[in-house]
Parts: sequence; structure tokens; C-alpha cells
Amino acid sequence: MAPTQPDRPQSSTPPPWLDKLLMWVVAPHLREEVLGDLHERYHRRARRLGELHARHTYWREVVAYLRPAFIKRKPSEYPQPFFLHPDMLRNYFKIALRNLARNKGYSFINISGLAVGMAVAMLIGLWVYDELTYDHYHKNHDRIAQVWQSRTSNGEINTLITVPRPLEMSLRNEYADYFQHIVMSSWTLRGVVAYGNKRLVKEGNYMQPAAPEMLSLEILAGLKEGLQEINSIMLAASTAKGLFGDEDPIGKIVRFDNKHELKVTSVFADIPASDSFHETTFIIPWEHLVANTDWIRNAVDQWGNNSFRLFVQLADNATMSEVSAKIKDIKLKANPEIAEQNPQFLLLPMNDWHLRSTFENGVQAGGGIENVWLFGIIGAFVLLLACINFMNLNTARSEKRAREVGIRKSVGSVRSQLVSQFLSESFLVVGLAFMVAMLLVLLLIPAFNTLADKQITFPWENLYFWGISLFFIVVTAMLSGSYPALYLSSFQPVKVLKGTFRVGRYAALPRKVLVVLQFTVSVALIIGTLTVFRQIQFTKNRPIGYDRAGLVQIPLTEGAFDGKYAFIRNELINSGAVIEMSATSNPTTEVYYGRGGFKWAGMPEDFQASFAWIWVSPDYVKSLGMKIITGRDFSPDFPSDSSAVLLNKTAVEYMGLKDPVGTVLRDSDEQDPGKGMKVIGVVDDMVMDSPYESVKPTVYDFNPGPVRFYHLRLAPNQSANKSIATVEGVFKKNFPDLPFEYKFVDDEYAAKFSSEERIGKLAGVFTGLAILISCLGLFGLASYVAEQRTKEIGVRKVLGASVASLWRLMSRDFVLLVLIALLIAVPLAVYFLDGWLQNYTYRTELSWWIFAAAGAGALVLTLLTVSFQAIKAALVDPVKSLRSE
Amino acid sequence: MRRSDLGEFEEVVLLAVAVRSPQAYSVVIAEELERETGQTVSTGAVHAALQRLETKGYLISQLGEPTPERGGRRKRLFTVTALGGRILSEVRQVRTRLWDRIVPQIILEWN
Repeated sequence: MAPTQPDRPQSSTPPPWLDKLLMWVVAPHLREEVLGDLHERYHRRARRLGELHARHTYWREVVAYLRPAFIKRKPSEYPQPFFLHPDMLRNYFKIALRNLARNKGYSFINISGLAVGMAVAMLIGLWVYDELTYDHYHKNHDRIAQVWQSRTSNGEINTLITVPRPLEMSLRNEYADYFQHIVMSSWTLRGVVAYGNKRLVKEGNYMQPAAPEMLSLEILAGLKEGLQEINSIMLAASTAKGLFGDEDPIGKIVRFDNKHELKVTSVFADIPASDSFHETTFIIPWEHLVANTDWIRNAVDQWGNNSFRLFVQLADNATMSEVSAKIKDIKLKANPEIAEQNPQFLLLPMNDWHLRSTFENGVQAGGGIENVWLFGIIGAFVLLLACINFMNLNTARSEKRAREVGIRKSVGSVRSQLVSQFLSESFLVVGLAFMVAMLLVLLLIPAFNTLADKQITFPWENLYFWGISLFFIVVTAMLSGSYPALYLSSFQPVKVLKGTFRVGRYAALPRKVLVVLQFTVSVALIIGTLTVFRQIQFTKNRPIGYDRAGLVQIPLTEGAFDGKYAFIRNELINSGAVIEMSATSNPTTEVYYGRGGFKWAGMPEDFQASFAWIWVSPDYVKSLGMKIITGRDFSPDFPSDSSAVLLNKTAVEYMGLKDPVGTVLRDSDEQDPGKGMKVIGVVDDMVMDSPYESVKPTVYDFNPGPVRFYHLRLAPNQSANKSIATVEGVFKKNFPDLPFEYKFVDDEYAAKFSSEERIGKLAGVFTGLAILISCLGLFGLASYVAEQRTKEIGVRKVLGASVASLWRLMSRDFVLLVLIALLIAVPLAVYFLDGWLQNYTYRTELSWWIFAAAGAGALVLTLLTVSFQAIKAALVDPVKSLRSE
Repeated sequence: MRRSDLGEFEEVVLLAVAVRSPQAYSVVIAEELERETGQTVSTGAVHAALQRLETKGYLISQLGEPTPERGGRRKRLFTVTALGGRILSEVRQVRTRLWDRIVPQIILEWN
């Protein structure tokens, strides 16, 4: 080999990647000499010490240049303004506004679509937040629990919200260390609170003295320990205001239920709507209820009477699961003979009351939380759809601006300025959309509250809200702005301006994927909403077993009406306003009592019978218009009917009776079987509880028992208003001190659907908006595509293509996307809706027409949306579209 | 002139420029220093010092001719300015004065 010539570059060179790194770091004006020095050194070393050595030391030489002195750029002769300089910002915004104004259609689609999506997400977010912070009004909400109990009967575990009374003493005596507070409470009951001639019907509770402390009630006046004396009452601010106006209520005596004199010891702030105790507007000491109610007093040592509510607050060092485990067997230890029922106590934490209080066979199985999830997902999807539109339109539009970028670059914009220009544009649009969304939310909150039965206010003071909003604005703006910002700013101006700029073949692919995603969500939502409505409709049309029209129920104050039934009935029927009437222990639309422990001839050996139990006056069947299937109704002609009962159809099946009439129900207590109750007839099933569930086996017991409700059948030949006025007159005459209240059974029954209907309506509204947003996006995209293909369409027309064929050409792509979306959405919807329907015993089925309707709907919407643009593009005179070049 | 303007490394770099003038650029200076001190000196460090000295006004520079072993890149040649020369001699005088005041026995003890 010839020796290396000194004046020619050596064959070996230093590692190029190190040079590249260096050139990237070192300021441009120093690059030549620095690289020259390095290479000269390298070659000198290589000559003297060998190539290997030179290579090894080269990187050290390179590192020596990574210092500020070389990194610092030389100030330009024409200094670039800092990219966040106020002048530049003003310029960005001016350009952005001009762009928005120039493309009014796109701007409108962009901003309104995003704003609607944001508004929906905000409303849903507020709703979800309200649901998730339910009961957070109480300072110790994470340490408070209610004691529940589960029992096994016929192989199934039932979980009850109630416990027997002796449990309280047991907890207080033996387990005191685990609890900070133990509070017995009544159900929330209605009572008449009176002061002077002011009389209010209010709902409230009887509670033990620790209640105000445990619930961290905000005391506005009087004592925090307001329940020490037995004849005291604590009033919510609204109740106090209603009774006393501006007077100071503390120390005043109020009359309760026209029987008891109670001293007002304190006033507490109203408990907010999103709280389990929100109906509690007065609190009276538990001991007062005990002292005045025989059966409660007697229950003090009855482990078998499970009618009581017990709340606890755990001690600081105790955990829910630990305490649950400790107390679970208390009842069993006290009553070993009921081992087969396996009664177990458990704590349900307050944080679970609202959303996770459903038990299935002894296992906690959610509850309202499913709806929270449902709406959370819908909200997220609607927002996602809006964002997808926004990004799609933004990136689609941005390609149009390649030339603008080219010009800007060639007159000296640097990349950072272009990036910040595009980003500030998307920030501007997202910011505008956010403001519109806030405005929408402010306007819509009242309507939303009505629809959702909530009392949500705009969270001006909630830092989470602002934090999340800000986060969202930044993320959306960055996401949707980053593509144009980074992609377009990387163009080489020469290429763009010469017109050789080309969008890649797959540039539209992400947009197509996103459109498919959008329509998948929309179609799934349509199917879901249709199914929810169908389920509601299906249940509404269910035969209910009695006649709702003109049926009125009147709640009675205990005591005052005792023994007056016959008299009132007489008077009402004579007034002509009422044609039939009965007295009963519970409203038509609910089951209050359940009774077990019966036997009858032919009962299977280990059967543990339990019935819904209704005490009725003899006219019950007549007044409700129920149908007798076999046997006969109660009748005054048979004095023995005082110990007779009617069964419903389900009860007959449940008991396995072939010939029900004449069967005698006896108490299974061996010592005292009693004289028994004879079945005299069977009535048709009547929907009392949830219309979604099967009817319970029910016994209608002749014994009037506790009369809590009157049922009136209004005269059909005069207006309901007039009849009600007459009835009110009769009541006022006989019970001048009691307020007159009534409910139409029709309304009460309709109220059973309110929660499902509310969910359905909300989901429907949101689905509609989701579809709207998807279509908006499609509309924008279609018009973009039409614009992009103007020339192609022009050429095709010149060559003789018909408008119809052009329309087909333009729509085909979108229809294909929607068909793909359908294929994805249908199995998803089937899977989830089937799971949802399983929650209902009485349920509709998923039928093919729902899917067909949803699919056809989506296709029609797509075609309508796209066709508008397609036909517009196809009708353009090709002379115009082709002349521009 | 403030003495603190001239760091020790800068001082030897400046001296080296004076020594190799008029063909003084970072590579030869780095090699000069390596020879004199026996330690590795990177051109980067030298170049940085040269830049600092230039901004202080002790050196001026111009681009020289390209050579093939530099891949055809030009080199930057440095010359000491009058100010630089004055600073160098001042530094030298300070040193000499101090040396002169060391008692001879002490120097003997070091050796």
C-alpha cells in the first residue's frame, strides 16, 4: 500500500455520530472551527499514537466542547423576538381570530361541538361529584356505619337494614371500646309540629343523645347536647323558621302530634339534599319514642324483633372490618337455638350507604354506583367525541395552511414561533369553547336539576373543578394543536411554496379510526337508550291487579283516627264524593310488613314461610277493584271472618296449595299455635313493591290492626277536584287540628318509575348530544374532503360523471366507516345491556329491531350529513373549480 | 489593570499564544501545553479560554487557511494584543518581585 499522503485527508474519520451530536449542540458560528480543530487533533493523534487511541480519546475531546461558551448562540443581526413576547402573542391571536373569522362554518362547528361536549361533561361531572360526595356533610363520614344483619332462609341469605333492640345494650356493655358513639334511631317519620296556631307536617327522627355529635350537625342556636331531656326537640333551621319566624325558638314549647309538649333545645342547620339524613327536619330523643310506644318498649330484650336502626361511629383505633368481625355473632351467642338462620351483624360504612347498599345473597353488590359509572362513561365519551371532532377538524384544516407556514418561514419565522402560533390558536379555540360551555352549564343547571332531581349549584368555589377544567383545557389544546404545530412547522419552505408538498398516504387513517370510534359510541348509546325506554315501557304496561283511576290514599296520624273508621266512612260515602273506602296498614304502592313463622297442613318439613302482610278492613278488595279468583271476599255476613285471610295468587303457588280455600295458617310456635287464620279466598296478584320485581306472596289479614291509611275510590261522575274538596271538608270538620293530606295512587305508582325514567331521560338527552356531536364532526370532515377533492370532482365532471355517481363516490367512504362502527357497537351493546337487564326479574328482551333501528338511524344520519356536502361539491361548475390554476 | 481578570489557565494559554505566534490556534496551543505540563489538555478547554481572552481584549483572532486534515475547514488564528502583552508582563513582574523576596535558604530547602 502506498504511504499516506500528508496533504490528503486520511481514510479514517472520527465517529460521525459524535460529530452530529456536537453540531447540534455547538452554536452555528463556531461549528466550522470547532469541528476543524477536533478533526485535526484526531488525525494528529492517529498519526502519532494510532487510530485506535485517537478514536478512544475523541469522545473526551467532544465532551470538552459541551460547555456554555460553545452552546451559546451568537445574537442575530436582526434579533428574533422572544416567542412569548406580548407583540408576538398579539400577532398570534390576531392571526387566529382572522382564521376563525375567515372560516366561519368550521369555527362554528369546532367551537360549538367542543362547547356542547364540555358542557355535557361538566354537568355529568357535577352529578357524579354530587353522588360520590353524598353524605360527606358529616365530618366523620368515614368512621360512621350502620349496623345491618343478614339471615339465611331457604338457602338464601337476606341482608336487612334493621337490627333487634337488645343489640344496642350489648354493644354498649361488651364492645364499648370499639365505638365512639352508638345511636339508635327511628325511621324518618312524619309528625305534626305545632306552635301557637302554626302547624307544620314535618319529617324527622327519634335519636339517641350522641346523634348531633356523631352527625356533626351545625348548631345555629342552643345546645349541642339537645337530646338529654326526654321532652326536648331539636329543630332544623327551616322548621324553626316556619314555626317561629323571627322569634327566638330556644326554650319555647312546641306541641308534637297534638299529644306531646316538647321544649326546643337547639336549632341546627338544614342537612343538605345530598345526604342520607336530608329529610330529618327535627330530632326528638329516642327515649321519648320508647316511653310512648308499647311495642318498642317491649322489644328491649326481644332478639326476634328486627325493626330498629342502629348507627355507630367507630373509635379512632378501630377499623370497619375488624369491628364487623367482632360483632357478627352477637345474636347467635345470645340465641343459639336459631343457628339455622345464621344471623350475622355487619357494618355498612356511611360512604357505602348511598351507592353500594344492595346485597345479593349476602354479598355487597353495588347499588347506585352503576349509574355513576354509566353516566361517568357517557360523559367521558361525549367529551371524547367532542375532542375527536376538534382534533380531526383541526388537523384536516391545518394541511390547508401549509402555504402560510411556508411564507412565514421564508420571511424568517423560526420553528418555536410557528409552534407557539398553532398552539395559541388551539388554546384560543378551546378557551372560547370552555367559556361557552360554562355559559351553557349556568343556563342549564336549573333544568338539569329538575331532570336529575338534584340540587346542584355551579361550583364557583370548588378548586377541583377549576383544576380539572384547567387541566382539560391544556390537554385538549395541546393534543389538538400539537399535530399542526409540530408537523406543519417542520416543512421546508421551498418545497411547500413550490407546491411539491404532499400529505402522506395514511395521513387520513387516524381520522378514519376516530370516526369509527365516534360512531361506535353513538350507536351503542342509541341502542342502550332504546333498551332502557323499552324496559320502562314494558314494566309500565304490566298488569297491576287493581284499578288506579280515581283511587286516593290518605296517610293517617297514628292515634287520632283510632276507632273512627266506620264513622268517617259513613260520612264520606254519604257526601257523594266517595263511592267506596277501606282502611289498611300500608299504602297501595308499598309493602311495610313481613311476617314469618307459619305452618299449615301439608307444609313441607323444613319450609320457612314468610309473607308480605297487609292488615285490611273488609272493604279493601272492593275499594281497590281487585279481582277474586276463587273463594269469596270478606263479608259482614260471616262473623268468623274476623280471623279470616285472603291470599294472593303468588302465595298459593308459594305454599304449594291445590285447594287454597279452607286452609288454616297457624303460628309455628308449638306452645301457642293460636286458633289460626282461615283462608277464605284468593285474589289476583297486585303490584305493590317494585314493578320490576315479581310479586311477593301476600296475606291480606282481616284484622284492621294499625290503621295508617285510608283508601278512597272517588265518585267517577264528578271532577276529582270537587270530590277532594268535599273529602277535605269532612276531615276538617272531624279533625280540625290535623292537616289534610292525600295522594293519588296513580301518581304514587308513576313515582316508582321516576328513578328509571330519570336515568332514561338523562341518558337519552346525553345520547342525543353525543350523536349531534358526532354528526357535526362528520359534517366538518365531509366538507373538508369535498373541498380537497374539488379539482378531482371538476375533472370527473368534465369527463362526464353524473351527480349521482359523484355523490356515491363521496359518501361511500363514510358509510363504510359507519358500517364498521355498527359491527363493533352491536356485540358490545348486547353484552352490556344483557347484563343490565339481568338486574330485573320482570324484564323485556333485546330484540333485533332495536339494533336495526339504531343501525338504520346512524346510517341515515350519516348519509344526510355527508350528502349535503357531497351534493354541494358535485353541483359546482367544473369551469370554476378548474380555472384557478 | 485588575489582576483577577486573568486566570491561571488563561495566563498559560495567553503565553502559549505569544510563543506560537503567528501560527497560534487551539490545536497547537493544546499540544504546546501538553508538552510543557505533561498533562492532557483538550482543545475544547483551550478554545474556551481563548474565547474568554478575546472578549477581555487580550487577544484578537482571524480565520486562517483550511487544511486537508481539518476536512477543509478553516482554523482560527489568535494574536496577542498590546493590552494582552502588557498584562502578561505585569503578571510576570508580580511574580518576579515575589520571587526576589524569597530568602535564598528557603529555596534551598525546597530543592
